[in-house]
Amino acid sequence: MSNLLLFPIIIPLFFAAILMMFPKNLKLQRTLAAVGAGAALLSALVLVAKVNTAGVQAVTLGSWPAPFGISMVSDPLSALLVVTSSIITLFVIFYSFPTIGIKREQSFYYPAVLFLMVGVNGAFTTGDIFNLFVFVEVLLMASYTLIVHGGEKPQLRESIKYLLVNIISSALFVAAVAFLYSVTGTLNMADLAVKIPQIEETGILTVIAVLFLVVFGFKAAIFPLYFWLPGSYYAPPIPILALFGALLTKVGVYAIMRTYTLFFTMNIGFTHELLGIIAILTILAGCIGALAYFDVKKIIIYNIIIAVGVILFGIAQLNQPGIDGSIFYLIHDMLIKAALFFLVGIVAVLFGTTDLRQMGGLIKTYPVLGWVYLVTAFGLAGIPPLSGFPGKLLIVQGGFEGPQFWGSIIILATSLIVLLSAVRIFVYAFWGEPVETVPLKKSVFNQMFIPTVVLVALTVAFGVGAELFMPLISGAGEVLLNPSIYIDAVLKE
Amino acid sequence: MRTNDVMLQTATKVVTFIILMFAVHIFFAGHYTPGGGFVGGLLTTSAIVLLMLAFDIETVKKILPINYVTMTAIGLLLALATASASIIFDVPFFTHAYDYFDLPLFGKTSLHSAMLFDAGVYLVVVGVTMTIIQTIGEDE
Repeated sequence: MSNLLLFPIIIPLFFAAILMMFPKNLKLQRTLAAVGAGAALLSALVLVAKVNTAGVQAVTLGSWPAPFGISMVSDPLSALLVVTSSIITLFVIFYSFPTIGIKREQSFYYPAVLFLMVGVNGAFTTGDIFNLFVFVEVLLMASYTLIVHGGEKPQLRESIKYLLVNIISSALFVAAVAFLYSVTGTLNMADLAVKIPQIEETGILTVIAVLFLVVFGFKAAIFPLYFWLPGSYYAPPIPILALFGALLTKVGVYAIMRTYTLFFTMNIGFTHELLGIIAILTILAGCIGALAYFDVKKIIIYNIIIAVGVILFGIAQLNQPGIDGSIFYLIHDMLIKAALFFLVGIVAVLFGTTDLRQMGGLIKTYPVLGWVYLVTAFGLAGIPPLSGFPGKLLIVQGGFEGPQFWGSIIILATSLIVLLSAVRIFVYAFWGEPVETVPLKKSVFNQMFIPTVVLVALTVAFGVGAELFMPLISGAGEVLLNPSIYIDAVLKE
Repeated sequence: MRTNDVMLQTATKVVTFIILMFAVHIFFAGHYTPGGGFVGGLLTTSAIVLLMLAFDIETVKKILPINYVTMTAIGLLLALATASASIIFDVPFFTHAYDYFDLPLFGKTSLHSAMLFDAGVYLVVVGVTMTIIQTIGEDE
């Protein structure tokens, strides 16, 4: 069936529209939201199986020939990312039941989450640069709703900053697309990849490439453009934060990944070196933030920035281990960030605060929670059997094989800082003198804890079974390194 | 104390229908001439806003007892259903179909499934703009 790759986009859209009709019916909201996200996940899994056996899937909407209509393309990379984002959305919906509060649930919370899913899945699947802009706007609109949802004072304050930054970067996005269109005369990504190498003046194209780096850098929070992220992500409640932290910046990372491997390869000496240097600066900036705070949410938020740097460094190398490592690390990071935010959310609820200095001794009353957190923290830092290891190993290997060997050394060194920042939460919250905790009903705790544990188990399986997933990952890397596979699938020549 | 706006209200009663007819015209003319679902929807909203200015929100709610959020959702579903019809025929998503029909009053007319998609857009535009105006208008 040729439209299979659109199902992860259509299904949540359909359920979101249905849910808009009866906002007050709590039971129906919860069931339909979970059913919608679950169905989308199921179709995404079928899609991965199909892409794995039958190669890159492409469909051009409205039966128009390829460069003229909007192409939707599902290569192994985008199919894997669609699966990951669907898993995360489903778990966030489960985690929302006990945590988000009935008042929020009754004012279009689940439709907003599903619309966010539509935007993210669409951005991962599209093969048209302007359509990418539209899907990015879809997910941003949903994220505006979610960041201000509930209307608490910090949310209102931070949503203004978030809106302002994103509107400016979206305007830049339109300008960048306009420049690219005036130079090449096409918007289809596969067609761009054909046209750009034919243009002899690479000067203007390099400028456009850097402009796109600025645009996607705003979304992905790279070094000088990450200033909005720590404040904005701190404001909304934990399930929304987990959704943002796991998905939103990764769309920017994916867009850089796609554009910098598919068509901005005419002046690698400048653009990819710049990307590599920015990636390292991003890691350093994130590390400083992760060590500076005594606040559990802030520490994990700065870890998002570190991970973005690590992934982008792998892409900047443009060699096989670097790209494969980036893809592996991207998927690992989406899963583990959601799991970490879930865990930190439980800890924050138990103590009634996010300040580390007012916590302590949780290991005596909640031992399982403590050990699950420790495993997740080790996974984040990349301790061998866990999921952070294979990706980082490949990225470091790519750096040593490429021109930026010093970058690999920095990544290895900063892994220690990541471990320190994550273990610090463990030391402060779980060891030491027990502090009085907020009483929490057993059933509520279980409702929060079960999705978290399953997600952590998934990341562990992803790390331990890395050998199983590696063919998929290197298949995705192969398409990125050989744009001709992508171009042939779309233009069908 | 409310001032007497007989002039405004009487004029509104006539003008509203002219605007609504023009909105319908713009909506249906969209395929061959400037217009379409978006402008048509905005014009319809402007007619309702004129009613709100001349009377008040409560009266207009009584005349048009519509839940505009539901209207937006129905518009979305209509647009999605039009695009998804292609799934049944197993052609790429969003593939439209058209044909010529002999209608009683209009004679030979071409009917295009893009019209249904436009109707979805129309409902969404009216629904969203009216939701915005109503929520701001009722805010104390």
